[in-house]
Amino acid sequence: MLQQEPEKIFQVKIEGEVKIEPKDWMPEKYRQTLIRQISQHAHSEIVGMLPEGNWITRAPTLKRKAILLAKVQDEAGHGLYLYSATETLGVTREQTINDLHSGKAKYSSIFNYPSLAWADIGAIGWLVDGAAILNQVMLTRTSYGPYARAMVRICKEESFHQRQGFEILLVLSRGTKEQKEMCQDAINRWWWPSLMMFGPHDSESTHSDQSMKWKIKRKSNDELRQNFVDMIAEQAKVLGMSLPDPALKWNKERKHYDFGEINWEEFWNVVKGNGPCNKERLEARRQAWDEGKWVRDAAEAYAEKKKLKQQAA
Amino acid sequence: MNNFFRKSYYGDIPEGKGGGDQSKQPSKVPSNGADLGEASDWPLWEIFIRSKQGLDHKHMGSLHAADAQMAIENARDVYTRRMEGISIWVVESKYIHASNPDDAENFYEPAEDKVYRHPTFYDLPDEVKHM
Repeated sequence: MLQQEPEKIFQVKIEGEVKIEPKDWMPEKYRQTLIRQISQHAHSEIVGMLPEGNWITRAPTLKRKAILLAKVQDEAGHGLYLYSATETLGVTREQTINDLHSGKAKYSSIFNYPSLAWADIGAIGWLVDGAAILNQVMLTRTSYGPYARAMVRICKEESFHQRQGFEILLVLSRGTKEQKEMCQDAINRWWWPSLMMFGPHDSESTHSDQSMKWKIKRKSNDELRQNFVDMIAEQAKVLGMSLPDPALKWNKERKHYDFGEINWEEFWNVVKGNGPCNKERLEARRQAWDEGKWVRDAAEAYAEKKKLKQQAA
Repeated sequence: MNNFFRKSYYGDIPEGKGGGDQSKQPSKVPSNGADLGEASDWPLWEIFIRSKQGLDHKHMGSLHAADAQMAIENARDVYTRRMEGISIWVVESKYIHASNPDDAENFYEPAEDKVYRHPTFYDLPDEVKHM
């Protein structure tokens, strides 16, 4: 009976919308779920820099290059906010990063798709960041304080990301025939993977919906996905571009867009590591870590030396 | 209980290669949050930023850095990319001492029954306009 007590107090807090802070008692499963989810989120920000970084040197103008650099730098910052939030749950940064490099921890599958043309940078901003924002806005109200606070900061910065992506596509959509085609092609390739970002159907789950009860999550996958489709279908009209789904149609009764079925086989394949770029992405992260070792060592040695000097003085 | 978390939310794909099934992959993270790393992380620093002259420094978050100088420079890059600050404090996290949330009830109890500390406790005639 006594063991039940803290769990009850915890749930009362959650019901009352009281945020949980790092030193508060929390169920072990709550902690584990958060560690997994927040670190995956952090890894996604970091790995997400790769497809975009691919175009920094080839951005069509200096303005676009500066914007893209700023955006990629933001992603690094977002990764850091989230790694810090993960650490408050009692895992070390190094452990978290090791889990990414060993393949144990996952990141958003969307980043296992290649960025083949400049228009992809626009499509990533519009679709991928657009999907991410819906999730992240919801997470500003998540029950774990450090995660919620990181999300508030991220959301403030993220709206620039989506707008710059849309603007890239807008310029292309008003350009030459080739530019229009490039724009449409990028949308065609990124549309379905973006829908997959929201994860499996709600009906896939036959078990208790613990993350909802704990208010880690506030909306279901299908709810968020529907919000996304409704938003993007309208914005696509402004671009004068189409979305590659013949089943996409406004449903008057539901007051939502109907849309076609996702290729779940592809989804699970990419999750399991067989996407177009899984190996390349992880390899790039490992390489960055290994090749950065001398920098980390040097900084540590320098700090040590300075400390000794200060002590001597 | 094992299947409690089978649902994969957006941004929360289960670990392991099994796709939807996490139950066969017990997490290696210890329940007490003990340090499993090789302890080669740089120290952790808490970052406080004054957003403009006249305001307090406010806790922004934390980051790792080899020394204070690097912590300040990293804090600039991480927390002030959009002119959010004009002054930065960094404190190594291990020097922060905190009250215990489990004691909160007793700890703050003395303040609870002293409503007379609030101006609203005192009923004054309407003639006294602003006091």
